[in-house]
Amino acid sequence: MLVSCWSSYLNIQPLENILNIRNVSKIYQSAGHELTVLHNINLSIKTGSTVAITGPSGSGKTTLLGLCAGLDRASSGNVELAGVLLDKLSEDERAAVRNQHVGFIFQNFQLLPTLTALENVMVPLELRGLKNIKPQAMELLDKVGLAERAHHYPIQLSGGEQQRVSLARAFSNKPAILFADEPTGNLDAETSEKIIKLLFDLNTDAGTTLVIVTHDLDLASRTSRVVKMKGGLIIADENPTYA
Amino acid sequence: MHNPSKNLVPISWIFKMAWRDSRKNRSRLLLFISSIVLGIAALVAVYSFKDNLQSDLDRQAKELTGADLIIESRKAINKQTEARLKNMGDDRATESTFASMVYFIKDGGSRLVQMKALQGNYPFYGTIETTPISAAKSFFNDQEALVDKTLMLQFNAKTGDSIIVGDLKFKIAGTLDKAPGQTGIAASVAPIVYIPLKYLDKTGLVKTGSRINYKFYYKFNSDDKLNEVVKSLQAKAEKEGLDIDTVAERKEQTGRSFRDLNRFLALTGFIALLLGCVGVGSAIHVYIQEKLSAIATLRCMGLRAWDAFYIYLIQVSFIGIIAALIGAVLGTAIQFLLPIVLKDFLPVELSMQISWSAIGQGLLLGLAISVLFALPSLLSVRRISPLNAIRATFESNTNKKRDYLKGFVYLLMVAFVAGFTYLQMGSWLQTLVFTVGIMIAFLLLMALSSLLMFLVKKLIPTSLSYLWRQGFANLYRPNNQTLMLTVSIGLSTAFICTLYFVQGILINRVTLSSGTNQPNMVLFDIQTSQKQAVTDLTKSFKLPLMNQVPVITMRIEEINGKKAGDDSTNTRAFKNELRATYQDTLTAAEKIIEGKWIPKVNNANDVIYISLDQNFARSIKVKVNDKITFNVQGMLLPTVVGSLREVNWTRLQTNFRVVFPGGVLEQAPQFHVLMTRVPNSETSARFQGNVVRKFPNISVIDLGLVLKLLDEILSKIGFVIQFMAGFSMITGWIVLVSAVLTSKNQRIKESILLRTMGASRKQILAINVIEYFFLGLLAASAGLMLSLAASWGLAKFSFDANFIPPFLPTVILFISVIALVVITGYLSSRSILNKPPLQILRNES
Repeated sequence: MLVSCWSSYLNIQPLENILNIRNVSKIYQSAGHELTVLHNINLSIKTGSTVAITGPSGSGKTTLLGLCAGLDRASSGNVELAGVLLDKLSEDERAAVRNQHVGFIFQNFQLLPTLTALENVMVPLELRGLKNIKPQAMELLDKVGLAERAHHYPIQLSGGEQQRVSLARAFSNKPAILFADEPTGNLDAETSEKIIKLLFDLNTDAGTTLVIVTHDLDLASRTSRVVKMKGGLIIADENPTYA
Repeated sequence: MHNPSKNLVPISWIFKMAWRDSRKNRSRLLLFISSIVLGIAALVAVYSFKDNLQSDLDRQAKELTGADLIIESRKAINKQTEARLKNMGDDRATESTFASMVYFIKDGGSRLVQMKALQGNYPFYGTIETTPISAAKSFFNDQEALVDKTLMLQFNAKTGDSIIVGDLKFKIAGTLDKAPGQTGIAASVAPIVYIPLKYLDKTGLVKTGSRINYKFYYKFNSDDKLNEVVKSLQAKAEKEGLDIDTVAERKEQTGRSFRDLNRFLALTGFIALLLGCVGVGSAIHVYIQEKLSAIATLRCMGLRAWDAFYIYLIQVSFIGIIAALIGAVLGTAIQFLLPIVLKDFLPVELSMQISWSAIGQGLLLGLAISVLFALPSLLSVRRISPLNAIRATFESNTNKKRDYLKGFVYLLMVAFVAGFTYLQMGSWLQTLVFTVGIMIAFLLLMALSSLLMFLVKKLIPTSLSYLWRQGFANLYRPNNQTLMLTVSIGLSTAFICTLYFVQGILINRVTLSSGTNQPNMVLFDIQTSQKQAVTDLTKSFKLPLMNQVPVITMRIEEINGKKAGDDSTNTRAFKNELRATYQDTLTAAEKIIEGKWIPKVNNANDVIYISLDQNFARSIKVKVNDKITFNVQGMLLPTVVGSLREVNWTRLQTNFRVVFPGGVLEQAPQFHVLMTRVPNSETSARFQGNVVRKFPNISVIDLGLVLKLLDEILSKIGFVIQFMAGFSMITGWIVLVSAVLTSKNQRIKESILLRTMGASRKQILAINVIEYFFLGLLAASAGLMLSLAASWGLAKFSFDANFIPPFLPTVILFISVIALVVITGYLSSRSILNKPPLQILRNES
C-alpha cells in the first residue's frame, strides 16, 4: 500500500488536479451518537485555481478543509493531495506532505506567541531543515509591509499586522496549495480589504492554488470557483460572475 | 515531488524551538518546577548530613567508646575472670554503673540518676567534658563528684555544693558537660553522676538485687594484640556473661542507628518531593493545554508528533535541572541546620562540608523526577491534532485511543518510588509498605476529595446567593487543579496533624495511667529489712500503699532439659537475668489465656507451676507444661509452665514476665517494690527527700518526672519531624501558589467578563475568596480525615491506647489551613482586581 503512495512522489509531471476528493464522508462520535458531518463528497481542484468553499455554520466546510489539507482522516473515501493519497498515511507522513506542499491561513492568525514575526515566517522553512533562510523570510515580510516589525512579537502587532505575518508565513515554503480558513473573519472591513488584496497578489505571484473557506460572499466572488455547502453536502459548484 | 527524508527536523532546530517557545514562560515554568526544589533540598541536606556524619564517625570512632575495648558484665565478676581482666591491655579503667537516687543538700531535691563509679584513666581517647575542665581529673583525688549539667540546672546546684549518694556526701567537683559517646537526649533521660570507684562500697548502695553493670575499659597500643585478646575472649564471653565491645563494633552500631535516622529523614524528604511532583505533573498539564493551539499550528506546518514532544521534553528537562540545582544549593545550605536540629541525638562533633556526591544525587533525582512526572502530560503532545488550529471546539483535542506509553509511564512512576525507597531502606518489605502506604494515602486523599466535592455540590442549596454558587462552581472550571490541590495540601495537613496527634496519644497514655486511682510513684530496691520502715514512712505521709511486691532475681538454667550450650536457637532465653515475683492472686492487669493458675504450693515436693507472660513464653519458645529450671542465686529450682497470661503492660504497676505461686520463694534473697500515690509535687519532693535520706539505696520513680521527660523527648523528636514535615508543608504551599498562578489567565477572563457585566470589585473578590475557602475546606477536611483515621489506627494497633482527638487544637489546625489557602489565593489574584478590565485585557491578551 505504502509503495503505491511513495511511488507517486516520483511523479514530477505537473498535476492537472492538485486535489482530488472521492466519496469522502466524515462521521464524529458525539455523546454516544454518530454525527455525519460530510456525506459522500466529491471534489477536484485544478492546479493554480482559486476556490471558495462557502456555506452556513455547521455545513461542514471547515471539516472539509481539514480533510483536504490532511489535518484529519476521512471516515470513508479518498483524499489525494499533490498526487499523494493521504488516507493511508500516518499522521507524521501527512505532516511531511503538509510541510512540502501546503500553506495555511487561519481566522485567528495562529501566530506562535513566543516567536517574533520573522521567526514565525521562518518556521515552515526551518522545519524543512533549510539554512540561511532569514533573507528569504525578510523578503516576504517586506512584501507584506512588515519588514520594520520583523522583531516584534505577535502581542505587539495589531490584528491586521498579525494576519499579514500569517500570509508571509503561509507563502514562505512556496506551497503548492494554500488553505485559508475565514482569513478576514477577525478583521474590520478596511483591514479585510487590504488583506484580501495582499492574499490574491501573493497568490498570483507564486502561482499557488488557493482554497478559501468563508462566509463572506464578496470574498468568495473573487475566486474562480465557488463551492456551496449545506448539511454536509455540496449543493452548488459554480463560477462567479467576475472570476 | 515529495521526499519524506527531507522532513527530518534537525535536532538543533528542536533545541532552538524549545528555547524560543519557552520565552515569556520561563518564570512560570520555573515556578511550576519550584515545587520540587524543597524536596530536592531536603534530600541533598540529608545525604550531605549522612556523608559528613559517616566521615566524622570514622574520624572520631575512638572518642565514641573512649577505649579500644570495653568488656561489660551485668553480674559480679568471679575472681578467676577478674584476675584475667586485671592483666589485659596497656592501660585499663573500671566502672560500675547503676541507677541510684541523688540528694542535693542545698536545694533539698532528689532524683534518680545513672551513677558511674569510675577508676583509672578513662577515657583513653577524647575527654570527659567538664566545667571546669580540670574537674574531669581532679574528682578522683577526693570524695568528689561530677554532676550532669541538666541536674545542676534542675536543682540550681553549683560547683562546690554537696550531694548525698547512698551513705556518703560528695562535693561537686564540676559540671559534666558530655561523657564519651553520650548524646544530649541520653543525658536528659538518664543524667550521669560520676564518683570515684573507691568510694562505691562505702555508699552502701551495692546490696542484694542491685542492678550493677560492671565495665572494664582497655587501651591497646597494638591492634594485633587487641585482635588477639578479642579473639580469645569471644570464645568464653557468652559462658561468663561478658559483652565485648570494640571501637569497630560501636562505630558500626552508631552508624546503624544513624542509618535508621537517615532513612527516616530521607523518606520524609522524599514525601515532600513526591508532593512537589504531583504539583509539577498538574502544572505541566495546564501548561500543555495552554500550548495546544501553538502545537496544533506547528503540526499544521508539518512538525512531526514526536518532534513536538521533544520540544517540551527539552523545556521540562532544562527547567528540571535548574530546579534541582537550586534545590541542591539550598540543600547544601540546609545541611548546616541539621546538626542544630539533631544536636540532641548526635554522639560526635559534626564538621559539615559540601558533599559533591549528595549534590550529584540531588541533580540526577531532580532531573529524573521532573521529567517522569511531566511525562504523562508531555506524551499527550504527540496526540494533539492539527485540527485544533482551525476549530477551537474540535470534538476531541487529542486522540482518544488508549495511550499505552502513558500507562507504561505510570508504571515507571510506581517503580521509581519503589526503587528510591528500596535504595533508602534496603528491604523489600519496608519498600512495599512505604510504596503501598504512599499510594493508599494518595488514593484515599483523592477519594476523600472527590467525595467531599460531590457532597458539597449536592448540599449547596440552589437558593444560596450567586456569589457562593459561582465561588464553588469555579472549582470545576476547565483545567481545574482542585483535586491535585486538595491532595497536596491535604497530604501536608495529614502529615502535620498525625504528628501532633501521635505526640498527644503518647503523652496521654502515660498521663492516663496516672488516673486519680492509679499509683504515680514507685519505690524499688527496698531490702526485706527495710520493708516495714518504708511502709511506716509512707503511712506517716498519709500516702496509700497501693502495691507491695517482692522481686527475686534469677536466671533460666534449663528448658526441657536443655542448657544454654545445648540450644543455639534459643540463646536469648538463657542470657539475661530475670526479675520474678510470687503471688497467690492475679492482679487486675493479668488474665490467664491458657493453662491453669495455681496460686500456692502446699508441700515442698509438689510440682511448682509457674505462670509466664504470653509474649515472653513465645520469645523463649516454651508452651504450657514445658519444664524450666531456674537458677535462683545459685539454687536450682525446677518448675513447670502451668499457665500463660495476657499482661497489660501499659498500666503503671509492677508486672512480671515470670510469676511463681506462693510457698516457694518466700525465703529467697529478694527486694521489694512499693507503689503509692502522691497528691502533689510538694509532697512528692518531701517524701522523696525523706526516703533518700533514710534509705539511700532505695530508688524512686516519680511519674511526674517521667511525664516531663517523655514530653521533653517527644518534643525533641517532634522538632526533628516537624522540621522535615516543614518541607512538605512549604511544598504544598508552593504547589498552591503555582496552581493559582497557573489558572490566572482563566481567572482574568472570568473577572473581565463579570466586571463587564457590572460586577463590583468587592463581588469578584468575594467569589475568589469563596472559591479558595471551599478549596481550603476540602483540602483541610480530607487531610484531617486521613490524619484522624491514621492516628486512630496507630493508637489502637500500635500503642494500644484510646484516641480522642483534642478538640481545640484540631479546630485551630483546620481553620489555619483554610485561612492559609484563602490568604494565598487572595494575595495571588489581587492584581487582577485592582486594575481596570481594559488594562488587563491589553496586558494579558
